[in-house]
Parts: sequence; structure tokens; C-alpha cells
Amino acid sequence: MNNKTGDKDLNLVIAGHVDHGKSTIIGRMLADTDSLPEGKLEQVKETCRKNSKPFEYAFLLDALKDEQAQGITIDSARVFFQTDFRQYIILDAPGHIEFLKNMVTGAARAEAALLVIDASEGVKENSRRHGYMLSMLGIKQIAVVVNKMDLVDYDEDTYNEIVAEYTEFLAELGMEAETFIPVSGMLGDNVADSSENMDWYHGKTVLEQLDSFENEALPHNKPFRMPVQDVYKFTKGGDDRRIVAGTVGAGELNIGDEVVFYPSGKKSTVKTIEGFKEDQQHKVKVGKATGFTLDEQIYITRGELASRADEAEPKVSARIKANLFWLARQDLVKDKVYYLKVGTAKVKARLEKINRVIDASNLDQDESKEKIERHDVAEVVFKLDKAMAFDLAGEIEETSRFVIVDDFEIAGGGIISEAMEDEQSWVREKVMRRNYNWEQSLISREDRAEKYNQKSTLILITGEEDVGKKPTAKALEKRLFNDGKVVYFLGIGNLLYGVDADIKNGDNGHKEEHLRRLAEVSHLMLDAGAILVVTAVELSQSDLELIKTTVNPQQIETVWLGDRVTTDLEFDLHIPEFTSEKEVSGQIKGLLQDRGIIFRPW
Amino acid sequence: MDHLDKLESRSIHILREAYSEFNNICMLWSVGKDSTVMLWLARKAFFGHVPIPLVHIDTSYMIPEMIEHRDKLAKKWNLDMIYGQDEETLKAGNTFPNGQATHLECCGRLKTDALKNTLNGNWRRYRYNHNKDEYELDDNREPYTGVIVGARADEEGSRSKERYFSPRDRNNDWDIGDQPPEFWDQYKTDFAPGTHVRIHPLLDWTELDVWEYIQREKIPMVSLYFDQGEGKRYRSLGCGPCTETVDSTASTVDEVVEELKTGKFSNIAERDGRAQDKEDGGGLEELRKDGYM
Repeated sequence: MNNKTGDKDLNLVIAGHVDHGKSTIIGRMLADTDSLPEGKLEQVKETCRKNSKPFEYAFLLDALKDEQAQGITIDSARVFFQTDFRQYIILDAPGHIEFLKNMVTGAARAEAALLVIDASEGVKENSRRHGYMLSMLGIKQIAVVVNKMDLVDYDEDTYNEIVAEYTEFLAELGMEAETFIPVSGMLGDNVADSSENMDWYHGKTVLEQLDSFENEALPHNKPFRMPVQDVYKFTKGGDDRRIVAGTVGAGELNIGDEVVFYPSGKKSTVKTIEGFKEDQQHKVKVGKATGFTLDEQIYITRGELASRADEAEPKVSARIKANLFWLARQDLVKDKVYYLKVGTAKVKARLEKINRVIDASNLDQDESKEKIERHDVAEVVFKLDKAMAFDLAGEIEETSRFVIVDDFEIAGGGIISEAMEDEQSWVREKVMRRNYNWEQSLISREDRAEKYNQKSTLILITGEEDVGKKPTAKALEKRLFNDGKVVYFLGIGNLLYGVDADIKNGDNGHKEEHLRRLAEVSHLMLDAGAILVVTAVELSQSDLELIKTTVNPQQIETVWLGDRVTTDLEFDLHIPEFTSEKEVSGQIKGLLQDRGIIFRPW
Repeated sequence: MDHLDKLESRSIHILREAYSEFNNICMLWSVGKDSTVMLWLARKAFFGHVPIPLVHIDTSYMIPEMIEHRDKLAKKWNLDMIYGQDEETLKAGNTFPNGQATHLECCGRLKTDALKNTLNGNWRRYRYNHNKDEYELDDNREPYTGVIVGARADEEGSRSKERYFSPRDRNNDWDIGDQPPEFWDQYKTDFAPGTHVRIHPLLDWTELDVWEYIQREKIPMVSLYFDQGEGKRYRSLGCGPCTETVDSTASTVDEVVEELKTGKFSNIAERDGRAQDKEDGGGLEELRKDGYM
């Protein structure tokens, strides 16, 4: 059974239209390679006898009761088997159209694929759809198995017609099959043993073909990429190491390398490579789940992409063009908020544009569709809530792939083909340059928070004119000050005539530059550990987005003061009525306590 | 990277994803070899720490060495150790060893019900107090929304259908026909209120992988897995009354590995010694839908 494990192990997916015989071929391979557990074959035969059903090799896989009732393989079950050469892990992709998401699950992890086509039925919808999906999922080694040759009297012409038709289809996708093999899974022709019924075929058997597939090489020779899973500090366990943890997606990293994290652009040097019960490592390579510490205490979080300063940098944008496949019953539509996940980053995303929808089963294109339906493949543009770091398909595949989450479920996946300009690009570039060149203090953010007993935060109080924003802000400052907090009220006027003196006033075209400078000043104050209170008239969501580009979004709290909400701002707190400075500032203080920015008294 | 390195890295990646994405997470630890390997992987993932509580379902029929081993490691590795059990059934004595229930009924109560109600916080949880060196009633009754389990795909049919991140609905049900897609290292980490997610870091491991890893990493295993001179050992652990030993003289990890590779067990399924698997054709899957591991 599964008693040999080795570096040559190959993940294999078997795809194809429903009832074309995938499970039969797997069952036959298991039986013919003596890969079944002792007694399994007899047990299944016995079950068939009890139920007066003829034995089929496919039953070997149908271990589940309800699956046998349906007679179709409903999931990408893993099956282990081995030849003299190596072990295989079959991810049994089902053919029923309803189950494409299972097939994707299996196929995404495969290094090679067998695509099964029924000789008597010919190329069907899912023969093509699965071929298309395999190409999108990046599977490069495909062998096409023309099954049930016994049903067409082992006829060479029938076989050749299928070979010609499917070769042409694959060519349209820019793919080529390694080989085509005529077989009968039921009778065993050309599966493990060469068939005597098809003397016109001189190629490999299925097993010979499997053994000639190559193991997929991990992307060693690419720029280093590691999506940050988290930054660990287990102080409670008496451990002061601050470890950036993740799995290396591409390339390699050494102690002493300068690393840059995107989208923030923050930079430091690798101090140690950490492990548990391992020899001290000086280098870590692709595929390894690892962790490292840095020379300087920079503040980074899950979702950043680590790269090396001496290698090509990833793309950073809040707008992407992508090729996408959709798996959910609900359509993908505009005007709805989804989550998009790349590596460990997760951002809100809206579908901005559908360039074209491709029918995966025949490659017809539709440029007029307004929504993307289940099993569609499409080229689209997504607008993201905030920028993230990624690579482009064709450059580093591992970091160009994303999934879309709709209503708690992974609903589709895709590969990014282009990083597009977005509204905040100009600010982000400045911020990344600032972060890249930031002179690091010896005191960390945590140290300051501990010392001042507060989390540095920007409190934005906004609303219409004359609703009491400034009195509230000043009262809040006084109140927190009296509580012993490090707090500062920053009047906009104090900026306008100083930091902003070189920008013409009252000119709307400069609003963004004003905001950028406000945000940069805020960033300095926050870095110093302060709680900063700022008022602004009718802040919009896009204004906030711009500020977020500069100031860590987790360090911003927004308060809308006044009855009428006149912008699209997604605020943290709404205070409809300005009753008194005391009461309103008290409400804001409550928000800060709720968020753990300051502590409630015992 | 060799085969075990690859398995190790994937499992660690999954453990870290689970830890970052779920607020209320626990790891089931049966003290058996699989979940002990998983625990070891957690120590690797978190650089010597285990920042996730470990939950053990104590049927009270566990072979005594298992409980000893559990508490020894809990102390040594500074584990946040929790156990739960079906106190009502045990008090009433409605168990298989008492002759008051069938195998499956007994498993259903002492394992499935106990697990479900310990996880959702309906029943009492006991937490190990390292200072006092004793278990005490745990105030925390918050339901766990992420549960890490050491199931392997090669164990038997129904487990081969699991995902790394596998949702369970409000009733703890598992809809095998409609599971979320899982690809490109992206997992189901979003879930509706009231539902929870089972996480399976060891899904790709085989029994032999597990033993070879124990051998390589020198992971301490409960002595029941080894022959103590009587020509018998356990291959799979569970309740004393329902788990049989196998005839084997393997007394060290090396010998177990050798036996699995070339010996008489190389073609016999691991759970062969477990009674509940045989009682009903699809019994294990039914138990599994109900939450049994």
C-alpha cells in the first residue's frame, strides 16, 4: 500500500467528463499494481455479490455509502498507489458538472493530469472544460486517455478522430498533450499491460506514461517571496524573539539579506533564521515553512509580502486585471463587496469591469456580459479597498494567484495579468519611498505602547460645518491628558499656515496634497506613540483611503458628528447630536476603551 | 527538500494559517501517534511554544498509560491542557464495557457527544493548572470555532474526502457532497456564525510517514505502541475494552518503521484492530458526520 515514500512522489489528477471512466481506470491501476490493502478487493466483490451488482473497478473508490448511491465520484479523494518507480497520490477529480470545485481542488495541487475521454462518446463539454481549467491552474503535463476502446471494437480511426479533435482544442489554449493512449479500463488494455487488442498502437501504457512524468521543480531561481503569515512574540513563554513567520513561496533568503516588505515598503536586515530543534540555518529555500528575526524593530503585519532588496520587487496596486474562473452558484456581479485573497493578504474587492467572458467548454467569447456565472471563465478588472503586493502570471506564479470569497466561501480563483493604476498610486509611491528610507529607532512600537499605557491612534472627528467638532476634539484632548495619556489635538489651521504654506489655499486641486501632508504629520506623531485628535469637514471614504495609504488603517478611528451624514465615509462611531463637549468626548473615550486603545479603570 | 520536509512545511503552514485566522481555536489531542506528531509540528510552527489549547476527550476507558503520558507532556511542554467527558453517561453506567450499550452507541456517547459538547461549551471543561499541578473546572465556555484534528486521508474512505479546512454546520454536520473548493494554499477561514471549521494539517501523511517522522524527530511516544516483551503491541490507540493489540515484537521506533515498510503490516489497514469500524458498513462515516474523529 502506502509504504514507500520518497522525493519522487507525484500528485496526479484524473479529469474528464462524467461516466467516461475515471474511477474505473484508477481502480484498475490500484488492482494491477497490487496497491490495495489486503482483502479490499475481496470485500468490494463481496459487497457487489450481496447487492447482486456486477463488480466494477470503480467501486473500489466508492468507499462512501451515499456516493455509491449516486454512482458518481463526488470529491477529489486522495488515493495512494505505487509503481516500481515511485508513489502516486491520485486526486480523483470527478466529472459531473456540478462538482467542478472539487475538481479544481484536486487539480490545483497536481503536477500532472490524466484526462479521460470515452471513445464511444467522444469529446464532451467537460472534456474541454477540464482541459481549460488544467491550463489555468498551471498544470503543464497532460496525458489524454481514450477509454472504453472495447466498446468501439478497438477501432483505430475512432481513436484518431478523438486525438485530432482534442489536439486542436488544446492548441487553442496554447497547450499540448504529452501523449494519447487508447485503453480499456474495464478490461485492462494498456493500463498496466500492453494491449493485445490494439496492435496498431505502439506507445506507452498508462503506467509507463505516469512514470515518465517529471516532478515539478519548486521556483528556486526566482526572486525571494514570502507572504507573511504573522509576526510572533511569545513574551509570556519567556521568549523575546520577534519572529516573522511564513512559507517561502519562491527564491531563497540568507542571514544578512536586506528584506523589503510590501505593500508598506518597510525595510530591514535579516538577523537570524529561526527554527525549533533544528541546526542553525544560514539560508532558507523555497517551500520551507520558516521564520526570521530582523536587525531593527519595524512594525509589519500579516498580509505583507517579504522580498529581497537586491532582487526584483513585487507589484503593488489597488487595481488589478486578472483571468478568473467562477465556481459559486451565485453570480459574480458589480456593486457587491467581495474579499480577495493573495498569499496571506485579504482585501475587500469590487468587480469594476468585465472585459470578456469565455465559455470554457468551447472557447466562445462574449464581450457584453454584465455578470459572471457559475463555471464561466473571464477577464476582469477588480478595484481593491487597499493596495496589496503580488506578482504577475508568467513572472512568479505562486504570488500571482488569488481567490475570491463570497458569503464565507471561496467562490472563484484567478491569476493576475496586470497591475493597473489606481487613485492612490501617487501617494503610495511616496509612502513606500519614505518607509524604505525610514531611519529606525531602537524603541519599538510595543515598547512605547507599554510605556505610555496606550496604543498610538489617529482619531478623526468629522461632520458638517459647525456641529461642534473642534470643541469636542479639544475637550477629548483635555480629558485624555488629565487621565495621563500622551495626546495631542492638531488643528488644521496649524498645518495650513505652516507645513502647507507652499500650497495655495482654497484651491480644490490641492486637497489631496493637503491630506497627504496631514497624514504624514499624523504618521510622525503616531510613531512617537501619541494619540492624535484631528478634525476635518465632511471627510469622504476616498479621503480616508488616501490617509490609510500613509497611516496604518488599524491605527485610525473615525467619528461622524451630527445628525446628517453627507458623505460615503464608513465611520467607526456616529454621534448624531452634539449635547455637550463633556458628553460627546465621553462617548469617544468609550470607543477608545472598547477598541483597547486605552484601558478602562478597574 | 525531501518527502518529510515537504509534509512538515505544509502542515506547519496550515497550523499557522489556522492560528492567525481563528480567534477561538483548539487542537484535539488523543495522545495517539498522529495527534502527538501534530502537537510536535505546532511546537515547530510556533518556535517551541504551543499557543493553542489542547483538548482531550477522556472516555474514562482510555488505557491508563495514555493519561499518564498526556499529563507528563503537558507539564514538560507547558501545554494549555483541557479535557472533557460525558459525565452523565459515565455516572449512569450506560456504556459498552458495562453491557449497557453497543460499541457504536458507546462511541456515540463517550466520544461523539462528549466531543461536541466540550467543543461548543455546553458541558464542563477541565483545565490543567500548572501552578497547582491539577485539573480544575474551566470558566471559559466559549465555543471553539476552529478545531485542529490529526486525521489522515489514508486511514479509511471517508477521511480521504476531507479538506484541510473542512466546515461543519450548526448541527456539527459534514456535507460531503458540497464541500468548499480548496486550492493555491487558500483555505476556508471565513465562516457563518454558529458554524465551525475542522482543520486537518496531517491530511497528506500516511501511517509510515508518521512513524518515519517520529523516528527522525525523536518524538516521545506512549509505550503502548511498542512490544514490552510479550510479543504484542498496539498499532492504533483508543479505549482499553475496544482496542486490540497486534502480534508484533517491534519494541522500538526503528523496528516499527521496519515492520511497516517490509513486514506483515505493510498490507493491512491500521484500524484493523478497532471494533467499531466493522459493526456497520459505513459506520465510521456516520460517526464522522456526527463529529467523531
